[in-house]
Amino acid sequence: MSALTDDTIPMTPRAMRDEMMVFAVMAVLLAAVPFTGIYPFFVMQALCFALLACAFNLLIGYGGLLSFGHAMFLGTAGYVSAHALKVWGLPPELGIVAGTAAAALLGLVTGFISIKRQGIYFSMITLALSQLLYFLYLQAPFTHGEDGIQGIPQGHLFGIFDLSKPTVLYYVVLVGFLAGFLLIYRTINSPFGEVLKSIRENEPRAISLGYKTDQYKMLAYILSGTLAGFAGSLKVFVAQNASLTDVHWSMSGEIVLMTLVGGLGTIFGPVVGAFVIIAMQQYLAGFGQWVTVIQGVIFVACVLLFRRGLVGELAHLLRRSL
Amino acid sequence: MQALYAQLLVGLINGSFYALLSLGLAVIFGMLNIINFAHGALYMMGAFVAYFLLNLGGINYWWALLIAPVIVGIFGMILERTMLQWLAGLDHLYGLLLTFGIALIVQGVFQNYFGSSGLPYSIPDQLKGGVNLGFMFLPIYRGWVVVFSLVVCLATWFLIEKTQLGAYLRAATENPTLVRAFGINVPRMITLTYGLGVGLAALAGVLSAPINQVRPLMGADLIIVVFAVVVIGGMGSIMGSIITGFALGVIEGLTKYFYPEASNTVVFVLMVVVLLVKPTGLTGRAA
Repeated sequence: MSALTDDTIPMTPRAMRDEMMVFAVMAVLLAAVPFTGIYPFFVMQALCFALLACAFNLLIGYGGLLSFGHAMFLGTAGYVSAHALKVWGLPPELGIVAGTAAAALLGLVTGFISIKRQGIYFSMITLALSQLLYFLYLQAPFTHGEDGIQGIPQGHLFGIFDLSKPTVLYYVVLVGFLAGFLLIYRTINSPFGEVLKSIRENEPRAISLGYKTDQYKMLAYILSGTLAGFAGSLKVFVAQNASLTDVHWSMSGEIVLMTLVGGLGTIFGPVVGAFVIIAMQQYLAGFGQWVTVIQGVIFVACVLLFRRGLVGELAHLLRRSL
Repeated sequence: MQALYAQLLVGLINGSFYALLSLGLAVIFGMLNIINFAHGALYMMGAFVAYFLLNLGGINYWWALLIAPVIVGIFGMILERTMLQWLAGLDHLYGLLLTFGIALIVQGVFQNYFGSSGLPYSIPDQLKGGVNLGFMFLPIYRGWVVVFSLVVCLATWFLIEKTQLGAYLRAATENPTLVRAFGINVPRMITLTYGLGVGLAALAGVLSAPINQVRPLMGADLIIVVFAVVVIGGMGSIMGSIITGFALGVIEGLTKYFYPEASNTVVFVLMVVVLLVKPTGLTGRAA
C-alpha cells in the first residue's frame, strides 16, 4: 500500500560503505566552508534546517508518518532556549539542553494524542496541534507576541568557545548537525529502524508479528521531535531571535518541502533539500510573495513528476541507496 | 445577555462555514481519497470572484451566489483533470502535499496582487438592516447566512443520501471498479464530485465576503480549524459533518463570550479531548 518510497533498495554492506564515504565528503566540505569566503550565516542557517528536515524525514521516510506540525518543535525549543539564555541567564549548553528537553516533552504529549491515528488523520492532527501552540505562543507573555524574543546573548559554550565569533559558532553548529545526523543514521540502521520500516511497509503484518507498533511509532515521533527541537535550539544562536514565524504552519510546510525536494526516505536528501530551499529563499528574497508561489510550484512539480526527489533520483540512477 | 446572543449568532455563522467546508472535504475524500488542502484557498477564490463580479462586471450578490461557485467549481475540475487524477493509487499523503502546493500558489498569487489587507464587499440592499427580536437585535444578513447555509447543507445531504445520482456516488466510493463495470463513467463522477466540493467552499466564500471582508489569506487559517472539525467528526457521514460543524461553531461562540482568550484555540482543545477519550473520533470509524 505505502508507495511513499517504492524504490528503496535494501541495505547491503556495500551501500553502507558508500554512505559513509558520502558522509565523510559532506563533513569535509562543510568543515572547509569558513575558508572559502561563503557567507557563514547562510550555511549555519541551512545546517539547522537540514537537521530539522532529517528529523522530519526519520518520521515520514522510515515510519511513514507525515507530520504537518513539525514547526512546533522548532518554535518551542527556540522559545525555551531563548528564554533560558536571556531571562534566566543560563550558559549556552544548558540553554540548548532546556530547549531540546522542552521539545522532547512536547513530543511525548502530542505523540500521546496523535499517534493512534494513521495516515491523513495523523497529518491533520499534528497540523491542528501546532496551530493550537501557535495561538498559545501568540498570547503567552514570555514569547513577546509579534515581536518575539530578540537580542539573545550568545555567550561562551562550556565557558570556553566564544559563540559571538562567527567561525566558532559555525563549527559548533556543524558539530551539532553532524552529531544529530549520525544519531539519525544509526537509528535508521538499528533493529529499531528495521521495525519502523516494516511498519511503514505493512503495519498490520508488523502487528501480527508481535510488534507493539504504537510504541515504536511513539518512540520515533519523540526522537524526531527532540532532534527537531535540538535544531531549533541551535538556530537561536544563529538568528539570535525566536519568533512566531518558527511556529507558523507555513514553516511546517517548508520543512515538508525541503524533505520532498531532497527525497523522502533518503539519507542525504533532506540535507540537499534544505540547502536548495534556503538558497532559493536567499536569492529570491526580492520577489516578495512570488517566493510562496514558486514554493507551491515546486511542491506540485515534486509530487507529479519527481516523487523520488533530487537525491532519490540520483540514487535510482546509480542504483545505490543514498 | 445581548452580548451572549450576539456571540451565539457569530458562532452559528462560523459553524455554517465549518459545516459547508467540512462537508466538501468529506465528499471529496470519499471519492478521491484526497484531503483537499486547497479548500481554504478555493473558499477565498469564491469571495474574490464575487468581488470581481460586483466591481468589474456590476453583477450583484444574488448572481454571484450562483456564478462564483460555478466558476470556482470549473477551476477545481480543471485542477482535478490536470493534476489530481494522476495521484490515483498513490499514498494519500501525496494528495495532501499536492493540494498544499496548489493552496500556496493560489494564495501567493492573490497576495501578490491584493496584499494582505481586506477588500470591502457590501451587504446586498435586500438584506441590510436588522430586526429586533425582543431579546436581541438580529442583523438580517447574518440570519440569512445561517439559514441559507443550513438549507444548502441539507440539500447536499439529500442529493447524496436520497437521490439516484447520490446512490451512484456512494456506490463508487465503496467500489469504483464494480460501478464502472455497470457502465457508469466513474472518472467523470470523480471530477464532478471535486467540482461540487469545491463549489460548496466557494459558496461559503461568497457568503462570508460581506461579513469578514475579502482577503487573500482568509481561508488559510480557517482550513486548519476545519481540519480539526473533520478530525473530531470524522469523514464517514455527511450529516455528521453538518452537525459537528454547526456545533463547534456554537461552542466557539460561547467561548468568545465566557472566556475570550481561548476562543481561537477552543476547537483544537476539543479535538485533543475527543482524541484522548475516543481516539477514532466521534463517528468511531478507524482511519
